[in-house]
Amino acid sequence: MSEETPKPDATPEVKPAEAKPAAPPPPPPVTYPRSAGVTMAAAPKASLSRFLGDAFGLFKGMNVTMRYFRKPSRIVTREYPENRGTLKMSERFRGQVVMPHDEKNEHTCTACTLCEKACPNGSISILTTKNLASKRVLGAFVYRLSSCTLCNLCIEACPFDAIRMGHGFEMATFTRDPLDLILNKTEGR
Amino acid sequence: MEALKTSAPALPPGFSLRETRADGSQEYFLNMGPQHPSTHGVLKLVVRLDGETVVEVVPHLGFIHRAIEKMGENETFVQYIHLTDRMDYLSSHINNLGVCMAIEKAMGIGVPERGEYIRVLVSELQRIQSHLLWWGAFGMDLGAVSAFLYGFKEREKITQLFEELCGARLTMNFFRPGGSNADVPEGFIGKVKELLEEMKFSLDEFDTLISKNMIIRERCFGVGRLSRERAANYGCSGPVGRASGVDFDVRRDDPYSIYDRFKFEVPLGSNGDCLDRYLVRIAEMRQSVRILEQVVAAFPEGQYRSKEKASYKVPAGSYFSAVETARGMFGTYFVSDNSFKPYRVKSRSPNFSNLSALNEMAQGGKIADLVAILSTLDLIIPDIDR
Ligand code: SF4
Ligand code: SF4
Repeated sequence: MSEETPKPDATPEVKPAEAKPAAPPPPPPVTYPRSAGVTMAAAPKASLSRFLGDAFGLFKGMNVTMRYFRKPSRIVTREYPENRGTLKMSERFRGQVVMPHDEKNEHTCTACTLCEKACPNGSISILTTKNLASKRVLGAFVYRLSSCTLCNLCIEACPFDAIRMGHGFEMATFTRDPLDLILNKTEGR
Repeated sequence: MEALKTSAPALPPGFSLRETRADGSQEYFLNMGPQHPSTHGVLKLVVRLDGETVVEVVPHLGFIHRAIEKMGENETFVQYIHLTDRMDYLSSHINNLGVCMAIEKAMGIGVPERGEYIRVLVSELQRIQSHLLWWGAFGMDLGAVSAFLYGFKEREKITQLFEELCGARLTMNFFRPGGSNADVPEGFIGKVKELLEEMKFSLDEFDTLISKNMIIRERCFGVGRLSRERAANYGCSGPVGRASGVDFDVRRDDPYSIYDRFKFEVPLGSNGDCLDRYLVRIAEMRQSVRILEQVVAAFPEGQYRSKEKASYKVPAGSYFSAVETARGMFGTYFVSDNSFKPYRVKSRSPNFSNLSALNEMAQGGKIADLVAILSTLDLIIPDIDR
């Protein structure tokens, strides 16, 4: 019965004629299919000692909480926005890609585009230019943080250690524009 | 106009309800998710209910489908590794390992001794970390908020270790064909040793808090049963399959890396109910601690990665690797046409198979049990959709 779609043309005259003569048989109990062939290990029998043991178990669980209450040394609390000054990320932490510059404001990038090729998301574009000796040098290292997955592949690909992963992690912005960055401060030489 | 005459509400194709009973009671549909806290992600369950009794559960997938397998066809083999982080994000190291192993098989790359130890070390830490998060979320789903805090407090220690190891806390991208992308940092093994001592203490604490808690035990006993045969038929693996008595663990039965050198047991359940799934996971954490103890005791010196290739051109053919993630068997299947990018990638995700058993587990139970079942299935939705 339930397989049939509701019939729009079911006429109301048929029903009373069928239902009237005899009382309808009681509907079969609704059964729901269950995972077949499961044999349960019997549940432990209820007994006073079991009940007391279980209740004692609850108190022991509560005691764990109390232990922390009495000895708060194991509690870990980090007050994040307040501890910004002292917060130190681990050395290998992967924040956004940065390009270190030395004291003369120079970087070591040679515009070899290996990082651009290694990036799975096309987050890096190396725009080149020519210097006075008409040598091909880095014009702009365009880095799109918005599509970067911080996967470290560009850093691994760079043969000159010109880029590395920064330690910043507060990267949220209100608009998308600040996420398109130019990493080099000066053109390559 | 015709449709107005019928008593039954118009249902989408493929949906049906039993007829309204004489007393006017009726089955109905309830949408659970995609924004439901206990589905742990964007999973939508259409539940057919009779009062509070579950008649049928139909999972609707695709809310977080990102076509990772298709994306893999446009990325080189090494670039594909980082995408697998985003499948089962709580087993990202182990997913990475699966991909790397398939590439290694294809190209005949060996892994140095220390590299193998790093792999096992990191995989087992990841398994504990994943189970810790599950433990916290399980308590939360059943209404015990403090469990969440305890679980996350312990998990944070492992996450901190991962951050020191590879710089990331969730999307690791650490393993590479032939080893890993970096050696373990200075003093890492010592920290792992400390962690293991704390872990033993914490696991006992977990037992006192929840495993021996009569309320939780009664709540979970006999709920969401899955027989051994059905679990095997559905392809359930990992703790879900093992709780039902499917005696299968890739680490033991098809040992990859150097798992065959370590002594550990594969915990099995017999009832296949929520309590068994809980206990199996707790026992698995203890076994992982046991493996880790053997790893740190024998951690060798040497290279962490065999010689890195400039590019990975995989010879034509098809390659498969299977690893045991925290949720079961994760398979990676590559078809290569002798190029730098895979021709086709397919992942066998454990969560998809585990989810398929949900209907059978939940049928006949109460709607509140559905939450407990979902919690002990420990689903990661991005891994189902991929
Ligand atoms: S970290 Fe990864 S995604 Fe980001 S720019 Fe580098 S290679 Fe591209
Ligand atoms: S950052 Fe490194 S890899 Fe990228 S273009 Fe510059 S030198 Fe080449």
